[in-house]
Amino acid sequence: MATVRIPPVLRPSVGGEKEVSAEGSSVGEILRSVAESHPDTESQLFSADGGLNRYVNVYLNDEDVRVLDGLETAVGAGDTLVILPAMAGGSR
Amino acid sequence: MSPSGADVLRQIKSRIDEVDPAEVRDDLSNGVVVIDVREPEEWSAGHIPGARHVPKSYLESRIEAAVPDRSEHVVLYCASGNRSAWAARTLLDDLGYERVESMTGGFTLWKDRGYEVEQPRTLTAEQRERYSRHLLLPEVGIDGQQKLLDAKVLLLGAGGLGSPAALYLAAAGVGTLGIVDNDEVDLSNLQRQVIHSSERIGVSKVDSAEQTITALNPDVKVEKYPVRLGAENIVEILRGYDIVLDGLDNFPTRYLLNDASVRLGIPVVSAAILGFEGQLSVFKPYDGPCYRCLFPVPPPAELAPSCGANGVLGVLPGTMGLLQATEVIKLILGEGDPLIGRLLMYDALAATVTEVKVRRDPDCPICSRHPEEIADEEMGVFPDYEAFCAGAH
Repeated sequence: MATVRIPPVLRPSVGGEKEVSAEGSSVGEILRSVAESHPDTESQLFSADGGLNRYVNVYLNDEDVRVLDGLETAVGAGDTLVILPAMAGGSR
Repeated sequence: MSPSGADVLRQIKSRIDEVDPAEVRDDLSNGVVVIDVREPEEWSAGHIPGARHVPKSYLESRIEAAVPDRSEHVVLYCASGNRSAWAARTLLDDLGYERVESMTGGFTLWKDRGYEVEQPRTLTAEQRERYSRHLLLPEVGIDGQQKLLDAKVLLLGAGGLGSPAALYLAAAGVGTLGIVDNDEVDLSNLQRQVIHSSERIGVSKVDSAEQTITALNPDVKVEKYPVRLGAENIVEILRGYDIVLDGLDNFPTRYLLNDASVRLGIPVVSAAILGFEGQLSVFKPYDGPCYRCLFPVPPPAELAPSCGANGVLGVLPGTMGLLQATEVIKLILGEGDPLIGRLLMYDALAATVTEVKVRRDPDCPICSRHPEEIADEEMGVFPDYEAFCAGAH
């Protein structure tokens, strides 16, 4: 069971939660499990070919999973996944 | 009866070697060591270029640090040639220096001849008072304050992030603040855009910001750009600035800014805010990742809450804008660990900060190449540039 931190833009898709817990032993399994419990997140996280959408960054603790083993990266029970989409708000 | 001071001075002058300013000027490039023995306030008013300063009152204790080799050719000068004669005798008779001369006529004659004078950069009395709390910090001090006064920082937007950042950068004495904003002050801005005021509703934001900055610190020069940043003007506006503070509100311009700043080699201190949360990072071209390394492609419009009005806790851009200002000042001073290759996420409601690593992408379409290879027509290339925000409505 790992903790997944949900960014503001995805919170409406998970009932407003900031964090959800999900089962799985790899990044891919955990994100799939999030998408199964919260189907609205599916298209936001995954592209049509089943990979991670390029505009979504996922970090295992503080490291980008793309420099680890991507969706295959092993995740321990105490680990945290951080989902980070780009934000641009600022000036107006 | 003891001889008078004037008698002794005459005796000394007859024993030591004196040298004309013209000769000293010719010798400057030949490795002669020129020592100014005047008081600190005389030195700060101007001195011979390349001279070292050892006040006569500290001559015995400090000369060895300034001239460790006693066989060096040393020329001393003061205002008129008297104090330097006394000092030359001390160096020759008491301290064992072998080749010491005193310059006749001193700095007064040097100046009268129209020779070059170096004016050390000093803070005015008012500046020493204004920045006294900076001067007390070893990490800033006079040198650091001079760096701040010399620095040119460009603020993209005098809005939520730019307002608090501009205020504190101005207060800190950042000498030139450029502000790009084509908007006017609106009542709904004042909940967070603290550089503006109720009386300035309808006034252009660059003019309003300039008024506040000038009232706060007359040392700061404000350059106003009341335009919308675009591919046609971005390089021209950015060029010459040391650091850009990015408070942009949309993705297309963020990509454009990234590409232009990489090409010009200008670091960007970037922040974004939404609701109760903010992101912050520093993109320093070629030292760390660029914005495209972090986000190679923008999210689809429905996931990009930047296209319309969104709620934001008024204090949040204050927090994030001041973190940006802090990073700007660290970069100018060259102190501390800048937020390069790291991204901070601040959650105001939870009062937590999360940090993740940002890696340089070896295949980055922009920063994996040399700056001169990035062509004009490639800058700010962005999927659906025109349609991006239209799709959100």
